[in-house]
Amino acid sequence: MATMTSSETGKAEGGRAKGFRLSPVLISYLQAAPLTLILGGFLLIPILMTGIVSFWDYDFAQMYPDFVTFNYTETLGSWVTWKTYLNTLKFAFLVWAVTLFIGFWVAYFLAFHIRTTAMQMVLFLVCTVPFLTSNIIRMISWIPVLGRNGLVNSALTNAGIVSEPVEWLLYSDFAVVLAMVHLYTLFMVTPIFNTLMRIDKTLVEAARDAGASGWQVLTNVIIPLAKPGMAIGTIFVVTLVMADFSTVQVMSGGQSASVALMMKNQMSLLQYPAAAANAVVLLVLVLLMVAGILRIVDIRKEL
Amino acid sequence: MTDTTKTSKGISRRSLLKTASAAAGLAAGSGAISGFPTIWAQNPITLRQFGTGVSNLNAIAEKCRADLGITLEMTATDSDAAAQRAVTQPNSYDIADIEYWILKKVYPAGVIQPMDVKKLKYYDKVVPLFKTGKLKPDSVIAQGTAPHTVGFVEKPGTKTFAKSETQWFTMMPTIYNADTLGIRPDLVGREITTWADIMDPKFKGKTSILNIPSIGIMDAAMIMEAMGNIKYADKGNMTKEEIDKTIDFLIKAKQGGQFRAFWKSFDESVNLMASGEVVIQSMWSPAVAAVRSKGIACKYQPLKEGYRSWGGGLGLAAHLSGAKLDAAYEYINWYTSGWVGAYLNRQGYYSAAMETAKQFMSEDEWGFWVEGKPAKGDIVAPDGKVMEKAGAVRDGGSFDERMGKVACWNSVMDEDRYMVRRWNEFIAA
Repeated sequence: MATMTSSETGKAEGGRAKGFRLSPVLISYLQAAPLTLILGGFLLIPILMTGIVSFWDYDFAQMYPDFVTFNYTETLGSWVTWKTYLNTLKFAFLVWAVTLFIGFWVAYFLAFHIRTTAMQMVLFLVCTVPFLTSNIIRMISWIPVLGRNGLVNSALTNAGIVSEPVEWLLYSDFAVVLAMVHLYTLFMVTPIFNTLMRIDKTLVEAARDAGASGWQVLTNVIIPLAKPGMAIGTIFVVTLVMADFSTVQVMSGGQSASVALMMKNQMSLLQYPAAAANAVVLLVLVLLMVAGILRIVDIRKEL
Repeated sequence: MTDTTKTSKGISRRSLLKTASAAAGLAAGSGAISGFPTIWAQNPITLRQFGTGVSNLNAIAEKCRADLGITLEMTATDSDAAAQRAVTQPNSYDIADIEYWILKKVYPAGVIQPMDVKKLKYYDKVVPLFKTGKLKPDSVIAQGTAPHTVGFVEKPGTKTFAKSETQWFTMMPTIYNADTLGIRPDLVGREITTWADIMDPKFKGKTSILNIPSIGIMDAAMIMEAMGNIKYADKGNMTKEEIDKTIDFLIKAKQGGQFRAFWKSFDESVNLMASGEVVIQSMWSPAVAAVRSKGIACKYQPLKEGYRSWGGGLGLAAHLSGAKLDAAYEYINWYTSGWVGAYLNRQGYYSAAMETAKQFMSEDEWGFWVEGKPAKGDIVAPDGKVMEKAGAVRDGGSFDERMGKVACWNSVMDEDRYMVRRWNEFIAA
């Protein structure tokens, strides 16, 4: 063993003498380089640029490098911004609550009620089938279902349940939340399913042996152990909803506003610095929310 | 080895000859067919045109290539992006195909050069609307950015517009129309006569207006004035108080549930109307045609207060000179010589040089689209689709009736930025 090592070192030293050997420090840097380049080029620099542009001046055609703060004062000083943020947070909360409820029970069913692993995987793949079509298509297909003369309304009126078509089904907050739940539930199912699969079944048996009821097993054993999955799912859903603009625009018929939609409007009017300021504010808010979630649930500890 | 080389040489020489003769044949053939001056075919010229999409049609580019030998490269953008591009990338285009209110924004930046009317073959045929603002000598000049107010400059190099007709034309008008409200005659259940009807409580939750601030505000202004809420000094250039009053009214109507949705794109407006979600809304003429082509009744309802109108034209980029400038003039002269005008007329728009377009339209087409007469046979769109059956009459009637009742033009206001901010509040409210 010792001889082998020494001979290897000898070889390596020989290599260095010839100039092929890189210093260990350099090797670590090289190993970190690809990720650094990708994160730097596609994440850090764009965020930095957004931050810089948010302080620029602009008119209808051009941006002027400058250091002005009115993009922030105009954004934060307007009741529209506050109302839009509140509205977006309302969507985030509603969608989060519904997807968490549905996501947990779907994952629970897959993890504890399906006996064979093969069947679990098949059903899990079935859950992902909707992802084979585009987001936009899945969203827009709700319109003929919910419309005034849509499937639901014609069924209800034909069955004599309502005399007038139900108006609030489409172009309303209800429609927005419904479409978002449809789009984002899988982001909740996947991480929760993952954590539930890791729960040692003997823990459940032990709880039963100790006399716990089904409800007590759920609340005292399974839900606490599923928390990391819920936290990850929450991060996915909350960030997706906070950044959404197309669902809000299409499903509310342009009547409701979201933060990203506000940015999109500003960009289509070429007010890039104002949109950049908005983006920075949104980024800070979402980072704070993620930090809050991580405070409550320590993902790394429990995984 | 040597043999192979020889053979291959022989082949290449032969094939070269073949290609050359074919090319010569092609060139001769094309010259013989089109019969147009061959200067551009010998010295191919490409003109880069960008604009707002309504008239950026491939059919026009193909016809232009066949007739003039000029290759047209077209880029379509939305109006805000067009304004930005016109100013910030003045060397990226040769021809600007923009609306007059955009021209008002970008011309002072010095990116468009005025054209000499002496070089415009069909300048005399341009309808007087674009020269004096009056369709007929007794017409009233409409509010807003009327094309004639930004149509002329005193001399090349000046940044301000001339008060009346001069030798220097800022843009050759090409396409324009009069917009009004679209309705579902089968669902409104009564006669619609005024812009105020969109606010009728009977249509609560069944109306829509478009969410493009610079155009939506004009529709809103027409509605406000029709309801007698306000009398604008100039709808196309509101004061801050007028903007506030208009937006506050819209917010109240929105919170009262008057609107079903706001639309931003052509197809959204078609779907809202076709599905019956909306029975009365702001609409564009081709969108009405699209709803009707689905077999659904839809009417472009003329209203007593008049129309909101828009117009666009072709402008020359400031950097054009020499042969390229000549080619651009020739292109514009070709554009107004009739074929394109007839094409646009057949889509329900209007051509600026009506007389030349007439020569390229059948008597029945001219009667239906321009004179407001009942169609004798089926009216066919340029792509061959039947648009109207025999006997149909165009909504709003003849060209004179429609363009003679323009109440205001799409415009850009001095308080533009304030208006956009308030408009966003309306959408968020």
